[in-house]
Amino acid sequence: MSGALLEARGLRKSFGALRASDGIDFDVLEGETHAVIGPNGAGKTTFISQLSGDLRPDAGSIRFSGEDVTALRAPARSRMGFARSFQITSIYREFTALENVALAVQAHAGHSFRFWKPARSERALRDPARAILDEVGLGARAEVIAANLAHGEQRQLEVAMALATKPRLLLLDEPVAGMGNDETQRMVTFLASLKGRQTIILVEHDMDAVFSLADRISVLVYGRIIATGSPQEIRVNAEVRRAYLGEDA
Amino acid sequence: MPGRARILLWSAVIALLILLPPVAEALKQTFYIDLLRRVMIFAIAAASLNLILGYGGMISFGHAAYLGIGAYAVGILAFHGVDSGWMQWGTAIAASAVVAAVIGAVSIRTSGIYFIMITLAFTQMLYYLGMSLEVYGRDDGMRIKTHSQFWGLIDLADPVSFYYLVLALMLASLYLVHRLANSRFGMVLRAAKSNEARSRAIGFSPYLYRLAAFVIAGALCGLAGALLANHTAYISPDFMHWTRSGEIMFMVILGGIATTAGPLFGAFTLLVLETLLAGWTEHWQVYLGPLLILSVIFFRRGLAGILPGARDA
Repeated sequence: MSGALLEARGLRKSFGALRASDGIDFDVLEGETHAVIGPNGAGKTTFISQLSGDLRPDAGSIRFSGEDVTALRAPARSRMGFARSFQITSIYREFTALENVALAVQAHAGHSFRFWKPARSERALRDPARAILDEVGLGARAEVIAANLAHGEQRQLEVAMALATKPRLLLLDEPVAGMGNDETQRMVTFLASLKGRQTIILVEHDMDAVFSLADRISVLVYGRIIATGSPQEIRVNAEVRRAYLGEDA
Repeated sequence: MPGRARILLWSAVIALLILLPPVAEALKQTFYIDLLRRVMIFAIAAASLNLILGYGGMISFGHAAYLGIGAYAVGILAFHGVDSGWMQWGTAIAASAVVAAVIGAVSIRTSGIYFIMITLAFTQMLYYLGMSLEVYGRDDGMRIKTHSQFWGLIDLADPVSFYYLVLALMLASLYLVHRLANSRFGMVLRAAKSNEARSRAIGFSPYLYRLAAFVIAGALCGLAGALLANHTAYISPDFMHWTRSGEIMFMVILGGIATTAGPLFGAFTLLVLETLLAGWTEHWQVYLGPLLILSVIFFRRGLAGILPGARDA
């Protein structure tokens, strides 16, 4: 772990009277898995959406690898190395799993003003896509239409698409939401296998997943980060227990 | 694989279209040559709309604009003594592309109902422009005295030669849209239609791709307009009326959106039904409406959806 890959300073975002982000300072170190937890309505998705460029903060700044990216929108941030999965699965439902991932590869393979050659038969897109599907364990499901995949497989596919963009920072918004035990276990094992070679921001409700994956945890409550620290530190932090863990556990 | 069914289907369609003129002439029913030529011209227009509507999800309710621009380019140049088809058709295509670029640049920033209304509004503006062009016949339109000339290579005054030219151009257009739709370019369009947030998150900025598709579609429909002007030997603002836009859209939907053959099936069915019903009763629209509604309900993927071999992606 070297310096901070991502630095957010003083992020503010309001929706009417609701302060979803109320001055958030947040760092992600190169190579770490940094989890963001917090009760429902704490503003976790609002926060991650500002990091990904889907939402523009009202105030504050975001620096990535030393560069100010606050004004950049999602496609530009993606090209810089951000990749995101959504809380509600976001995939191309009419396309096959392989086509989904191939599109993510294509998005990072130069411009797409190529009008003639059939994209589906391009090995430059298919081969890397297939390799990533194998990696996440969907290799056997490559030709299945995404809408027909099981819920857990769709979540895996979304992560595969994020990885296909060769991200420097992976933003995962509740990757195990709605999954059964087996599926959760598979996803956690897979994410654990990325540790060290992939910098990850993990927003998650599943505390077992968070405590087994995270190097550091930040706790977001009512739009503010009330604590950041190692899993052990967070577990024993009195304020955190009061605000959050106490309610759930 | 649908490979064999597709080859069979296309062979049959092409063979029938090639054989139609000699058969119609032998039976002294040359009217059908005219009808099918019209069908194929509208198939080009529908194919161009299919690119942006079917594959791109952009519900343009103003596609007749380019039909009108293409036709007026031919008519106006002919009026001023420019008979060269190269000039006329080149102008038709270029002018349609330019207008599509302007309309697209504004409308593609919006979506949903706003997109529909903006494309409709632009086309209404062009319609009223046509209505007000004193020199070119205002709402009466005007006749075109000579067909487009191509250095004597082909004589469009001969209905059969013109028919085969339209057939060739239509097949080329359908193939062009097919290739575009399956290229990297087309995949970006289809992906953005499927899930725009996902597209942006993996790094696509759909705007320029959509605009390019819009311009290509406009240019191709401009060609259909140039053909239509030669087909009717006549131009009028009615070419740009919003009901005409609706007709083209209906051809796309009826034939099967985002399919290669759909625009041809849609244009064929709509225009042939129109003709048959019009020969049977003067209130043909009363019968056509319900027929179309039923067909949309029962063939949700369009006519191409019920024919093996046409059900391509």
